[in-house]
Amino acid sequence: MPLSSRHLLGLNGVPREDIELILDTAITFREVLDRPIKKVPTLQGKTIVNLFYENSTRTRISFELAQKRLSADTVNFSTSTSSTKKGETFKDTVRNIEAMKLDMIVVRHESAGVPLYLTKISNANIINAGDGLHEHPTQALLDMYSIKERLGKIEGLKVCIVGDVAHSRVALSNIFGLKTMGAQVSVCGPATMMPLGIEKLGVKVYHDINTAIAENDVLNVLRIQLERNAGSTIPSTREYHNYYGITSERIANYNKEIVILHPGPINRGVEITSEVADGPYQVILDQVTNGVAIRMAVLYLLGTMH
Amino acid sequence: MQIVLKNVLLINPDQKLNSKSSLLIEDGIIKKIGELKDKQIENYEVIDCEGKIATPGLFDMHVHLREPGREDEETIETGSNAAAAGGFTGIACMPNTSPDIDSAETVRFIIEKSKNHLVDVYPVGAATLGRKGEALAPINELVESGIVAVSDDGVAIKNASILRSVLEYCRMFDLPVIEHCEDPSLANGAMNEGLNSTLLGLRGIPSIAEDLIVMRDIMMAEFTGSRVHIAHISSAKSVQLVREAKKKGIKVTAEVAPHHFTFTDDQIKSYDTNYKMNPPLRTKADLDEILKGLKDGSIDCIASDHAPHSIEEKEMEFIYAPNGILGLETQLGIALSELVHKKVLSLEELIEKLSINPRKILNLPVPKFEVGEVANLTIIDPDFVWTVDHSQFKSKSKNSPYDKRLLTGKSVAVINGNKIFRNGKFSNI
Repeated sequence: MPLSSRHLLGLNGVPREDIELILDTAITFREVLDRPIKKVPTLQGKTIVNLFYENSTRTRISFELAQKRLSADTVNFSTSTSSTKKGETFKDTVRNIEAMKLDMIVVRHESAGVPLYLTKISNANIINAGDGLHEHPTQALLDMYSIKERLGKIEGLKVCIVGDVAHSRVALSNIFGLKTMGAQVSVCGPATMMPLGIEKLGVKVYHDINTAIAENDVLNVLRIQLERNAGSTIPSTREYHNYYGITSERIANYNKEIVILHPGPINRGVEITSEVADGPYQVILDQVTNGVAIRMAVLYLLGTMH
Repeated sequence: MQIVLKNVLLINPDQKLNSKSSLLIEDGIIKKIGELKDKQIENYEVIDCEGKIATPGLFDMHVHLREPGREDEETIETGSNAAAAGGFTGIACMPNTSPDIDSAETVRFIIEKSKNHLVDVYPVGAATLGRKGEALAPINELVESGIVAVSDDGVAIKNASILRSVLEYCRMFDLPVIEHCEDPSLANGAMNEGLNSTLLGLRGIPSIAEDLIVMRDIMMAEFTGSRVHIAHISSAKSVQLVREAKKKGIKVTAEVAPHHFTFTDDQIKSYDTNYKMNPPLRTKADLDEILKGLKDGSIDCIASDHAPHSIEEKEMEFIYAPNGILGLETQLGIALSELVHKKVLSLEELIEKLSINPRKILNLPVPKFEVGEVANLTIIDPDFVWTVDHSQFKSKSKNSPYDKRLLTGKSVAVINGNKIFRNGKFSNI
């Protein structure tokens, strides 16, 4: 069974069979990553461009590695949006790149909707690597993979996303994906970090981190954007840490196994302490490895569709 | 030169007129109204108006003409052509040009450039210099030069103290102050804030950004006894605030743009930038309250907020694309389709909102169907079914979400004095 779409724009509306197919395919590629020769010829002859309009190190490297391990030819186009705003339009840039004959575009952009727009002006397969505050589907897929790897399932688990949900594309993709896979999803953070209408997505809202820890199997801890939040949505990172930070003391209160995810990069001492970030419950570095496998799976499934 | 409109339904709610008749126009003046025998009109050009309506020339009080400054997007001439094609004989043009309409020279420039056109163009002056909200524009001088209102257009007048001064100063001329009601500290977004903005990952502008300033302006209108006109009202709460203020006798009027009674923020799901405007498209509850407000008179008029933008500007990533859409050439068709044919408003009520009320708000005379009056009228076929085709627009720009939409009702011709626009062409009569 192939995927139901030739693009991966987000997880909203993506059927469960597709998510399962990606997660299952990733298991195979995860094994490839442990081999001495970490390369397969699957996408030989395919050309992929990584179109990054927003700073990103991890996601770009992860995609690039995934592409190289599948033997695809890759080109990177990185630019800050401010420089392109003045000169060539986005459409012209894409048309120019398109004219060079490529098969897939991995795109990250500050504006939501850009991946969808790309499907209208390009014939390539489009993969969303993060658009505005909208979606970051491969991140959510690797989160789900990591949860499944640790706990053996997703269905029926209680997963809480902690932090600035209102300004997080990771949160939204996780909510859509996890709910499709049968998990119970909740969010936790101060009211200023909760987006309008979130309850209508069938998501429980906590403002108390201790209750959230007590009632959930998994915590997906979001990065606090120091420059964005302090003073406007929270009084200070110190106050945030005091009331929402994930500490080993807080976890110890409940004497239970819990899985801690973090999409990185970590602000140690703000949303999570070093003790937890390096401790037994975290799967943070597994997420990074799994990210390559997930992206290989997505690239493979889309790149070999007919 | 003479022309006869034969068997036309004359509707002018301001004259309590609604009857079928024929109209003879000579040298731009109405010469006869009533039954005209074939013999009487054998040397005249006759337009058979069976099934059509003639109304006082329609008036759009919120138009961006872009000249001076952005003649690549629209000029006084192309915007006026678009107005005529849309059924309008008069428009008020907003001051956010470059330079702003904040000097007598710019007012005179616009009036001079538009004076030979069928469409009457009335400039709206800036309320403050450069629309910066810091110092009053030379309003007295602007009034003498021909403005019909002031506005800081695009933004609300920045602070309460300047707003008070503008209102008090304008009271001397009975000049309305048109306000774009939005608190800028809450308006850092690309669409309405709500479930849809959350789902689409776009920053939202909450409706309270509008409501707060509507409230402020109403209170200041009451305090100063001056007139405030709320531009492009879009939120349910704002409509309710205007309704309550009117009950108290506060001098507040309001307009709505067609897109705010036609679309909701569900349209943004396609990320089509032709649905990006400010104020943003809101929710079904807001739309319903707007329909109620149109019916009960809380909303006085319909105005297009005609905002031409070049293709390259509008075809940008959603968060960077400029706000605004064209409106002049689709407004009447949308209003007839969405309001009259759906039985929200009667034809009379619609004509009040598209012709009578905007003129009254701007202290302009309402054209009459009377012998001796200058002919200033729009002939409408309310049942004509047509498809919007933006390649046929007279406007210089194409940014319309209505392209390919099927509408019922269209202007057939407009006459202003001895000029007529008909079948896509201007001529003299």
